[in-house]
Amino acid sequence: MMHLPILPILLPLLAGIVLLLLRPLGVKMQRMVSFGAGFALLMLAVLLFDASLSGQRQVYALGNWSAPFGIVLVFDQLAALMLLVTAVLAVGALWYAIVTETDAQGRHFHVLFQMQLFGLNGAFLTGDAFNLFVFFEVLLLASYSLLLHGGGAKRTVAGLHYVVVNLVGSTVFLFALGALYGALGTLNIADMAVKVAALPAEREGLVMAAGLLLLVVFGLKAALFPLYLWLPAAYANTSAPVAALFAVMTKVGVYAIIRVHGTVFGAEAGNLAYFYAPWLLGLGLVTLLLASLGVMAAFQLRTQVAYLVLASVATLLIAVGLQSQAALAAGLYYLVHSTLLAGGMFLLADLIVRGRGDYADRFDPGMQMPHYQLLGGVFLLAAMAAVGLPPLSGFFGKVWILQAALAHPWHWVVLATVLLGSMLLLVALARSGSVLFYKVKAKPDEADPVITETIPAFGLGMVAVLWLLAAVPLLVVLANPVSAVMERVAAQVLDVSGYQAAVFAPVVGGK
Amino acid sequence: MMELLIALSIGVLVACGVYLVLRASTFPVVMGLTLLSYATNLFLFAMGRLAIGVPAVIRPDATVYADPLPQALVLTAIVIAFGMTAFAIVLALKARGETGSDHVDGEVDS
Repeated sequence: MMHLPILPILLPLLAGIVLLLLRPLGVKMQRMVSFGAGFALLMLAVLLFDASLSGQRQVYALGNWSAPFGIVLVFDQLAALMLLVTAVLAVGALWYAIVTETDAQGRHFHVLFQMQLFGLNGAFLTGDAFNLFVFFEVLLLASYSLLLHGGGAKRTVAGLHYVVVNLVGSTVFLFALGALYGALGTLNIADMAVKVAALPAEREGLVMAAGLLLLVVFGLKAALFPLYLWLPAAYANTSAPVAALFAVMTKVGVYAIIRVHGTVFGAEAGNLAYFYAPWLLGLGLVTLLLASLGVMAAFQLRTQVAYLVLASVATLLIAVGLQSQAALAAGLYYLVHSTLLAGGMFLLADLIVRGRGDYADRFDPGMQMPHYQLLGGVFLLAAMAAVGLPPLSGFFGKVWILQAALAHPWHWVVLATVLLGSMLLLVALARSGSVLFYKVKAKPDEADPVITETIPAFGLGMVAVLWLLAAVPLLVVLANPVSAVMERVAAQVLDVSGYQAAVFAPVVGGK
Repeated sequence: MMELLIALSIGVLVACGVYLVLRASTFPVVMGLTLLSYATNLFLFAMGRLAIGVPAVIRPDATVYADPLPQALVLTAIVIAFGMTAFAIVLALKARGETGSDHVDGEVDS
């Protein structure tokens, strides 16, 4: 029980290494082990989430070196929530990759997938800023290769942009960490908060600059304006299971902002308390507007879903930028909803692509696709949830965020932008749904390609879509208990002194 | 004097790195990333404050010590930057092979 917090990091790492060694035994063996590891991770995440509900933070001192000298893992409710969302998403994406045999299109899919989970889980659990950098690099390196999985010139070019942008981001990350270490003399997140609270006035400018540099890096990962331009091409051109898993990648940036900025520049940081929040709110509003226009302007479904991811992240960043407990709780509710929904929509878009033959997911009237009733019905529900129409979870999330926004001096701007953005999404998704499902040709033209009769692995693929989209009704049915949990998570995140007390508590079993 | 020299070196490296990263063909971009990573390594190293001939680990006769943590950070950063550069080079070669051009957007020069 004492070693529980490190297991979500060790399990995917070991699974990845074992999978690398299993390659000679063929892809079937790899699939079994990989899915088994993914499922075990889900069980572990459920167990950990249940354990976290007691509200007790668990600090795991690596090598039994106490903070701030050693690196610690801090396991609290927010980390547990992120682990659970990632595990649910990973199981769905893995299942889809296996049943559609996407994993056989290139080598080492499963190894890279587990390494990606290793990096993600590590980033959620670490309590040290440099360790966060290392886990970011792990998850990025795995994501570079996963993005390119399956090959193709378009994918390579999109991947090249993604890699270069993120490498520059890593450089900025190091500059920010270097400046923070130079000014504060520590990289432990809890200790940094202590040092910032007692910062001499002449150092404030330097620390503020470093904090904003860090915001640039996390904003790049979270696709904040003007750093989002890499996202649509990268997400739209990669394979569906990878895009589904990447739905959580932007949330890692949001998580890092909540964790690092929320702790270091929290309520006790004196002059620097929440200095980043207006930046986040303003840029989040611009991102939301541009993302909604992107959804309107998209020529194909996968690009449209990529812009939907962008819109959901922007909504989240607005919620974080409102800097109140209610807004943060609402944002976390929206985070769970939007991550799983985006994952499900990428998989659904892939089924639609494979049902339309050469029309793929372009918004041109094509032939009737097989299983159009089920696909269309699920698309309708997913689109309603994405826009935020009642009675689905997107509606509750948005209403809750807007309700929390009323206490903020900028509430008119926030309300206007979020509602305008939702309306643009509604128009765009109504149009794409009607083109894909209603405007079908009765007879094929001469020039038309062969009509697709069946979608291979449709039923099994649909299982993964429904697995991820099940979150949408569940979040509505269980809205009351879920929102109570989110309130407690948000309260715990904002309790910086409690975080510090947990980190600096003497190591259990230490000398 | 040493401070000025270090600051200037980091500044020049970053300036050249940014310029090269903004070029349109992949080879200068990779070179630019390399220069940027050199600049970060120097910067991280300088954050432990500049000192000459001071030990970083415990020695009985030493009275002043250099901060060992930035040195460890730089080691980590060097390893990661090395791996990333290798990956970027391979990816650039793959893009050259698949699109037939070394333009970052894969466009063939007219």
